[in-house]
Amino acid sequence: MSTKTKTLTKQEAFFEYLVRLADDRLILGHRLSEWCGHGPILEEDIALANVALDNIGHAASLYEYAAEVEGEDRHRDDIVYFRNDPEYKNLKMVELPKGDFGFTIARQFLFSAFSFFLYQGLAKADDEQFSGMAEKHLKEIKYHLRHSREWVLRLGDGTDESHQRMQDAFDGIWTFTGELFYMDEVDELLIDEGLGIDTSVFREDWKNLVTDVLEEATVTVPDFDQYMAEGGRKGLHTEHLGHLLAEMQHLRRSYPDAVWE
Amino acid sequence: MDEQEKQQEFQEKIDSGITIEPKDWMPERYRSQLIRMMSQHAHSEVVGMLPEGNWITRAPSLRRKMILLSKVQDEAGHGLYLYSATETLGTTREKVIDDLLEGKAKYSSIFNYPTLTWADVMVIGWLVDGAAIINQTMLARSSYGPYSRAMVRICKEESFHKKQGYEMVATMAQGTPEQQEMVQDAVNRWWWPTMMMFGPHDDDSPNSAELIKWGVKSKTNDELRQSFVDRHVEEAKAVGIEIPDPELEFNEETGHYDFGEIDWDEFWNVVKGNGPMNRERMKAKREAHENGEWVREAAEEYARKQKLSKEKAS
Repeated sequence: MSTKTKTLTKQEAFFEYLVRLADDRLILGHRLSEWCGHGPILEEDIALANVALDNIGHAASLYEYAAEVEGEDRHRDDIVYFRNDPEYKNLKMVELPKGDFGFTIARQFLFSAFSFFLYQGLAKADDEQFSGMAEKHLKEIKYHLRHSREWVLRLGDGTDESHQRMQDAFDGIWTFTGELFYMDEVDELLIDEGLGIDTSVFREDWKNLVTDVLEEATVTVPDFDQYMAEGGRKGLHTEHLGHLLAEMQHLRRSYPDAVWE
Repeated sequence: MDEQEKQQEFQEKIDSGITIEPKDWMPERYRSQLIRMMSQHAHSEVVGMLPEGNWITRAPSLRRKMILLSKVQDEAGHGLYLYSATETLGTTREKVIDDLLEGKAKYSSIFNYPTLTWADVMVIGWLVDGAAIINQTMLARSSYGPYSRAMVRICKEESFHKKQGYEMVATMAQGTPEQQEMVQDAVNRWWWPTMMMFGPHDDDSPNSAELIKWGVKSKTNDELRQSFVDRHVEEAKAVGIEIPDPELEFNEETGHYDFGEIDWDEFWNVVKGNGPMNRERMKAKREAHENGEWVREAAEEYARKQKLSKEKAS
């Protein structure tokens, strides 16, 4: 078997970039939706469903645009329901099981803080449809950040038990945070085109925001320089994604000719 | 004013269509009946999230996934709104939820049936929400102000829920043979449990007369059930769905559909806790409550600390 390097076109890179963004949001939305009916209080059933709905909605717009950019007459659902796990390019962080409420909150906070900076950049992208979408989604991301930040504070600085659970949650997920800033040839090409964002530019801002909130929540900030897991962007996932996709896709794939809209 | 005069004045208000507000005098029995009904209604919204939530992660298109998620989120909102309305009668959400978790309070038996296929969730939207709308449209004219206002608001969202359910039922009924089979099977399983939602026959319904006298209800169980049948049989016909009742027939004289008898043994069996999903529904709610205890405690402790540090600062 030979590996050949292929030069990406702008169109291919843009498709890939949109799908990566969409995959993160769809898979995270899926995990959040698992809380529906099982939350710690009714208000959080509503809030988590709301954040789930926003994320899946953002993903839907991104897939739709990706299909348009691709120009092969695919529907967004074709991309969602008929790709296997190696073709999914989401971050490993978002596919991890929902865990306890503390883990769900810790992940949401880290991801929303990242999205908050990313989308400020994307809202200025050199493509009106894309930047408009990012600007619209950014409003909702700000709410997700505020909601998860408030819970990090409450749980981190609540009881001894909640403090320990939050510490464990952040310690456990930390190795997956490096991948937020993963960049490869797709990003490089799009940064040059004014469509993608160089995430290293806001890495310090993200660290500072996270550090401030964790310190206020009395949570010890784990080591930013520890070993960081990668692979999601190349389709190398944890064992959890396969199960998630099996559940998500089985009905649609069982009746591929049926119309469900 | 003695008790009897108060009773009389209360009844006069009801009879002239004046709504009763939380601070008004009301008979203790009126209060307790409303707490029972309204908390039961709130519990139904919340437990009802489980059978529908069962299909969110498996929805067959992104559009359907978002509609379902937003519907289940609405149910949570209705629950919250109804719990608040119930609190105006002098109880607390914690108290009525404890009653639910301890098995002392009831919720609609319909949610003790399982959602086995995607079509079940759509048929719930069409039939179960359809039945709920008929009941709630009546309750929107209820004599208790907070309840009637809650119903007005909730009915608007329920109409959307029913519409999306019926729309998908129609799509499936005209879809592939597998889809047609799936949706007909779901209707076959949900029709009779939905008919049971209106409760026992008027003769066997001990609370009905009193609730009607007090203007909480304005129609009997059997009258509501008849409206449900008349409306939904026509909707079924329009999309080629069969109703699983061989005795169903339009009666020219009455202008209504005649229908078969409900299996009351099944009805009482599910009410008593032996439905296919009673135990699992309660287990899920108890587990959510227990798993959330540390979260609620932390929120309380954090609020206490914040208050303390604000007091120190001032």
